[in-house]
Amino acid sequence: MNGVHDMGGMHGLGPVQYERNEPVFHAPWEGRAFALNLAAAAWRKWSLDALRHQIELIPAADYLRMSYYEKWLTAVTERLVQSGLVTRAEVESGQPARGSSKATPPLTAAQVPAMLRSGALASRNVSVQPNFHAGQRVRARNINPVGHTRLPRYARGKLGIVDRDHGVYVFPDAIAHSADENPQHLYSVRFTARELWGDHASPRDSVNLDLWDDYLEPA
Amino acid sequence: MGTSSHGHDHDHDHQVVPSDPALRVKALESLLTEKGLVDPKALDALIDKYERQVGPRNGARVVARAWVDPSYKQRLFEDATAAIGELGYGGAQGEHMVVVENTPQVHNLVVCTLCSCYPWSVLGLPPVWYKSAPYRSRAVIDPRGVLREFGLQLPDETEIRVWDSTAEIRYLVLPERPAGSESLDETELAALVTRDSMVGVATVAMPARGAGA
Repeated sequence: MNGVHDMGGMHGLGPVQYERNEPVFHAPWEGRAFALNLAAAAWRKWSLDALRHQIELIPAADYLRMSYYEKWLTAVTERLVQSGLVTRAEVESGQPARGSSKATPPLTAAQVPAMLRSGALASRNVSVQPNFHAGQRVRARNINPVGHTRLPRYARGKLGIVDRDHGVYVFPDAIAHSADENPQHLYSVRFTARELWGDHASPRDSVNLDLWDDYLEPA
Repeated sequence: MGTSSHGHDHDHDHQVVPSDPALRVKALESLLTEKGLVDPKALDALIDKYERQVGPRNGARVVARAWVDPSYKQRLFEDATAAIGELGYGGAQGEHMVVVENTPQVHNLVVCTLCSCYPWSVLGLPPVWYKSAPYRSRAVIDPRGVLREFGLQLPDETEIRVWDSTAEIRYLVLPERPAGSESLDETELAALVTRDSMVGVATVAMPARGAGA
């Protein structure tokens, strides 16, 4: 979706604010919000891209105003409701519905180290024909899907060169909305700064994006 | 009107849940715990992991090893995930690693314009500026201006390569080894390597010598 989250190349968002000796979390609740997200994700009711899309759906003005972990908290609450793990009435009251059964958490403290150590692979060991190869000229498609996509607006319609083929990966536009992974080749594609931003940009600079087959067409 | 507790902000009149995120997260954790959906001790363990165990010291060890061991550096470019795994780092948000090398000719800079993708396994959780709208919006269109704000003025001749983390590939910058560091061992080198240098918003410098040293 063409949301405010897709902010690469925007002006007017101010200077970078740097904090020296920044703590990992600025308040205890940030750590709880972070950890709740990971622990709730262990139910495997939604993909990481579904969570990202939930954050993208936060209204633009709120998105820009909210702190990072406030966005996480808002998004995980919505995923919990939509997945049926909790009801909106339960979120609003803070109490389990009368007579609701008690589940067993899928992630215990003892399982945390192993869960983080294994992570979650986004690559898939399946044979899929690549549409492109390293060194090939490609054009990022001019698409404007209303759902989740990882093709930023600033690269759409632009010419690039395939730098490398990363292999086969699940397709975010698919897994954000369904169980269908639509695995396909993912490439690092290099765009010159001048192609992206015009003649004012440095002739030496470039931006690499990781783009899937469905985002690209031959050029 | 002004004395009423309502009427100032109509957006909040119908909000049932508390607007303060600290209260909201407390209420949500309590609900999920009561329903048996999360184990609060698992939350403690997750927080402890990223507050005390996983951080930029991991990445600094990777960089220092690459500086002293050319065969390790070679493996890092061939298969960064495996080479970083040799030092015991990997897993969540480091499953698919790529290392990009800074040289006198090329400077690399990592960003995630769409959200906040960051190599947790080697750098820990991202700082606020990395997740902020100013950095995300400008790193791709004005990398030289952004670097100047970090105090890094690169010559016009230097080629800047920006890496926008749009997929699950996570990027780590291998900074240049500072001049004058020849006599330092791997541990001493690792101590010089900063988080910012591994994102590409800084270079690695030798510590300033005190007078008479």
